[in-house]
Amino acid sequence: MQQIRLCGSGGQGVITAAIILAEAAIMEGKESVQSQSYGPEARGGASKAEVIISEEFIYHPKVVTPDVVLALTQQAADKYSADLCDNGVLVIDEDLVPDSPEHPNVIKVPLTRLAVEGLGKDLFTNIVSLGLLVKVTGVVSFETIQKSVAKRVPPATIEKNMQALRIGFDALA
Amino acid sequence: MSQARLMQGNEACAEGAMAAGVNFFGGYPITPSTEIAEIMAKELPALGGTFIQMEDEIAGIAVVLGAALAGRKALTATSGPGFSLKQELIGYGCIAEIPLVIANVQRMGPATGQPTSPAQGDVMQARWGTHGDHPMIALSPWTVRESFDVAVMAVNYAERFRTPVIILLDEVVGHMREKVVLPKAEDIEIYPRRKPNCTREEGYKPYTPMADLVPNPADFGTGHHIHVTGLIHDETGFPTGSSKVTEDTIQRLHQKISRVQDEITHYDEFFMEDAEYAVLTYGGTARTAYAAVKMARQQGIKVGMVRLMTIWPFADKVIKKVAQKVKKILVPEMNYGQLVLEVERAAAGQAAVISLPKYNTEIFTPKEICTAIEELATEVVK
Repeated sequence: MQQIRLCGSGGQGVITAAIILAEAAIMEGKESVQSQSYGPEARGGASKAEVIISEEFIYHPKVVTPDVVLALTQQAADKYSADLCDNGVLVIDEDLVPDSPEHPNVIKVPLTRLAVEGLGKDLFTNIVSLGLLVKVTGVVSFETIQKSVAKRVPPATIEKNMQALRIGFDALA
Repeated sequence: MSQARLMQGNEACAEGAMAAGVNFFGGYPITPSTEIAEIMAKELPALGGTFIQMEDEIAGIAVVLGAALAGRKALTATSGPGFSLKQELIGYGCIAEIPLVIANVQRMGPATGQPTSPAQGDVMQARWGTHGDHPMIALSPWTVRESFDVAVMAVNYAERFRTPVIILLDEVVGHMREKVVLPKAEDIEIYPRRKPNCTREEGYKPYTPMADLVPNPADFGTGHHIHVTGLIHDETGFPTGSSKVTEDTIQRLHQKISRVQDEITHYDEFFMEDAEYAVLTYGGTARTAYAAVKMARQQGIKVGMVRLMTIWPFADKVIKKVAQKVKKILVPEMNYGQLVLEVERAAAGQAAVISLPKYNTEIFTPKEICTAIEELATEVVK
């Protein structure tokens, strides 16, 4: 079982990214549960999305001990990474999380900056992050996540989203 | 339709309702039920159905009552604050015997409470929210797939018994997404709208009960005069002050449901064969309870689990049997302790009933429930 948490601020697209990841897992024949919590605000406020991927039916639907936490804001990193296990991985946007929480395995990537530089918009940050998450976890193949992204995003944006995935995937050697 | 896909509980509820023939939705959006309205708004017009967003939750159920009387299979969806507003007209549906389904995706209350947080605080409101004596059917799913099945069942029960039926979802199941394979359309049983079985000349009266104690009032616009009222009425549908008719009506409304109680009591049992303790659970909490029971089993504790899908009418017989079998029953709920009161009543002292309430916006963790099970197994029964 893999427990993955994506968090940031409302509007950064972490819930969409989590849905795409869960759909990719189902494409590979796995079981998957995706959930989220968010505040009453439409934009801003802490936003947390979770994905559990397993070979067996998943009963408890929330992450108990995350294997990976991806944090796109300082507030989210501080609030949602404390329960990471020691051999887990914390992935942060190094520009937006200047003060990294203490953890033995922190991967720092300027995710938002990569989206802006590579695609001209921070809108693609969540898909860049998804590419990176697939590289870090190996929980689904790169081909499957490509298919899953293509299924979810507006057709006119598929090409740019594929680029975003690649940028994220290649961000880590 | 039968392919595996990722689906949200609310989405499955909407799809199930449509699969069962719902072609009218009236309501007013509210978190965490909004996706149901959204899907209905998107899909119903294309199917020749009707979606109306009304000015508030009361109008949202009023229009559904009207649509149902005019022959539509009708649904409204809401959450706690809206559910409170709809209560008066739920009672109207009970006495006027109008088939309708209310999906209530529970969130933390009272009042606006914690609008985006999960809870199971409307268990008693579902039963007793509207005034006066009336039976109630409320079904609570624990998986996304079951949200679909429960929606189909709710629509069918509403039609068959001509009564409001409540789908008691919670934010956990309503908002989570998981893998589902939905049944094929041809495998879904649909209960058709009841129709008058004779003409006026042959003695048709809209509220004459049939053998199953349910009347067959004609839909508006099908050639019959029909009078609908929230007052106690006789077989003609017109009000009466008669004590006898009043007594008979209240009794019949109860009996039309109580006579089929066993049939409509749906529940699952897990690990109960050798159980000395039981966890009695429902809705989203049941998923965590299952994980906890498995953890406790690994420690050698003989604990089982009973999961109720039918919340109302309450599964007295099921609980009596469980209480005769086990020493203690643990009832975890995302509220201050509601269904536990019914469990206590039905257990009638045969087993100790222990409440495990939670009301802080967080759902249970498996460890929390497992710890409570460990305590059950170590404490001596007083």
